[in-house]
Amino acid sequence: MNILVFVKRVPDTESKIRIDQQSNSIIKEGLNFIISPYDEYAMEEALRLKEAQGGKVTAVSVGTKENQVILKKCLAMGADEATLIKDDAGETYDSLRVAKLLAQAVKQKFTEPHLLLFGKQSVGADNAQVPSMVAELLGMPQANVVTKLEIEGNKGTAYREIEGASEKVSFSLPAVVSAQKGLNEPRYETLKGIMMAKRKQIPELSLQDLGMKEEDLSPQLEVVRMDAPPPRKAGKVVEDEPPQAAKKLVEFLCQEAKII
Amino acid sequence: MDFSFSDEQQILKQTVREFAEKEILPVRQELDEKEEFSYEITQKMFDMGFFGIVIPEEYGGMGMDYLSYILVVEELARVDGCQAATIAAGNSLGTAPVYYYGNEKQRKEFLPQLLSSKLWGFGLTEPNAGSDAGGTQTTATQKDGKWVLNGSKIFITNASTNITLGSTIQTLTGKRKDGKKEYTCFLVKQDRPGYKAVPMHKKMTWRSSNTSEIYLDDVEVSDEDMLGKRGEGFHQMLESLDNGRLAIAAMGVGGAQGAFEAAFKYSQERNQFGRPISKFQVNSFKLADMATEIEAARNLLYKACWLRDNGKPFSKEAAMSKLYASEVMKKVTHEAVQLYGGYGLMEEYPVAKFYRDQRLLEIGEGTSEIQRMVIQRKLEL
Ligand SMILES: Cc1cc2nc3c(=O)[nH]c(=O)nc-3n(C[C@H](O)[C@H](O)[C@H](O)COP(=O)(O)OP(=O)(O)OC[C@H]3O[C@@H](n4cnc5c(N)ncnc54)[C@H](O)[C@@H]3O)c2cc1C
Repeated sequence: MNILVFVKRVPDTESKIRIDQQSNSIIKEGLNFIISPYDEYAMEEALRLKEAQGGKVTAVSVGTKENQVILKKCLAMGADEATLIKDDAGETYDSLRVAKLLAQAVKQKFTEPHLLLFGKQSVGADNAQVPSMVAELLGMPQANVVTKLEIEGNKGTAYREIEGASEKVSFSLPAVVSAQKGLNEPRYETLKGIMMAKRKQIPELSLQDLGMKEEDLSPQLEVVRMDAPPPRKAGKVVEDEPPQAAKKLVEFLCQEAKII
Repeated sequence: MDFSFSDEQQILKQTVREFAEKEILPVRQELDEKEEFSYEITQKMFDMGFFGIVIPEEYGGMGMDYLSYILVVEELARVDGCQAATIAAGNSLGTAPVYYYGNEKQRKEFLPQLLSSKLWGFGLTEPNAGSDAGGTQTTATQKDGKWVLNGSKIFITNASTNITLGSTIQTLTGKRKDGKKEYTCFLVKQDRPGYKAVPMHKKMTWRSSNTSEIYLDDVEVSDEDMLGKRGEGFHQMLESLDNGRLAIAAMGVGGAQGAFEAAFKYSQERNQFGRPISKFQVNSFKLADMATEIEAARNLLYKACWLRDNGKPFSKEAAMSKLYASEVMKKVTHEAVQLYGGYGLMEEYPVAKFYRDQRLLEIGEGTSEIQRMVIQRKLEL
């Protein structure tokens, strides 16, 4: 089975994000960058499928040279190959731009993939659009927010997390699947894996290599303003003897907070 | 000067940090309390490839540079000094002497096991030979074409677990031509008759790391078990300690970092006099000093690694970084406990363990006094 896994470089989920109001972007200085955690589930799933059924796993990322680290990480986890689609535009939050690049790369450069795996969304931008867009651009079936995946021959079955329930869908390959937390527990890169990754080349594809021009990617989205979320308001402490306090708390929850 | 990590070092640091936080953190307190060596975590660390980090790949090692090894120890120590100790001893004192001084036959026999599932001790210290390693009283005498070992060793890390294969033993093998004592090391498997390794308990420090006494009672070995040549023992041991000091320094830097992070967080959560205690200048300055000194210790350590990785002399810097990092961790853990107040003295909170585990760093692999002696000698006073 030929599996493509798409991975994005994002700020570490534990970092404190600061915003530059001038350029309407986050301040990258001092941030630690990682592979988007949902993409790690996608990578792990690809490796498990390969280990069970054979095949090849290729990691693909759109971005600058700095994305080499997350691609090397994928190789260290066990991916066979990795490709960087070089795009110096930086974070545009324009999902369609990325989807077009990826769809074109799949058409032009990767022969007959059976499965395209994504994280359900990237941490940071959180648009959750790229997987669906790529599926549409390529005319493939899609299953998103997947917590369990089974592939048998040319058929896939996915369990999707939906509001308060799980939905089972089946589809034919090739298909797009996006991973939700719970799909698996990603492995650690072993030291051996890291050294094996070091020896592998990571080819780069430019817009030109994909037969695309900047005009093909005209922005569909403009970031007008970016603000940090307002700081959380201080909580309310109910102080009294336990029986009275419980009463006051219930009153508060019913009347002011209106949640019971 | 280039202070950036390679891509591989970045990935390594991240993966070890995740490993330590997910696999070790949840059980570190319990293992410490029960004084229990964890076979489960140790095997996971074997599977990660933590035991032969700088050994070339043709011998089953990882073929990484020394800085990478140091990063692994630092990240482990940030969470638990005990597991870091198993790895530091496993690499610097276990596999390294076998690789550097062993012949092809010995390398082929031992390394595959020591890199995948078995531990090996480094038997230098004796009850009457601590700082004065030349005071070794364990003897090896020739008899009917064999060597017969008698004596005992103390405080030997990794030497008495269920997965220990044996230990490198430094012995006295007579006198050299110039009249000085002659030391020779042997690779002694623990299934040899007369060999007994016993775990030492009731430690205040490194409680879930294995520390052992070894008794040698007419243990027979042959020329084939000799490490390197006759008379090279003392040099082998000293050189191993030079390397080992970098790993002890990494435990100082990592442990200080772990204690600092805990205190940093706690001081922002703990309110007294109506505000977080971190808002009192005396406390914020403490945290500023801690962060500064940790960074200085880390830079000295990485510089020493850089010297080693670039084939330059590093033994002075290794002694300096071992001395400095362990003393920085002393200060940091002291202040971390202070910031925690009474809670800092309770084992329920993380800083007490960092405080206890620090104590070994000023003693093992040469006390701070001995480091100062090494450094002043290198300064050619
Ligand atoms: C947990 C643990 C693990 C260990 N692991 C190993 C191991 O794997 N292998 C191994 O071989 N050893 C190991 N050791 C032993 C360790 O290296 C020794 O404890 C250390 O070298 C000090 O020796 P000592 O304890 O005999 O102290 P001593 O040498 O008796 O020192 C006592 C005090 O006297 C001071 N002192 C001694 N000589 C001088 C001097 N000339 N000038 C000034 N001050 C001096 C010392 O600095 C110290 O403060 C371990 C120890 C511990 C506690």
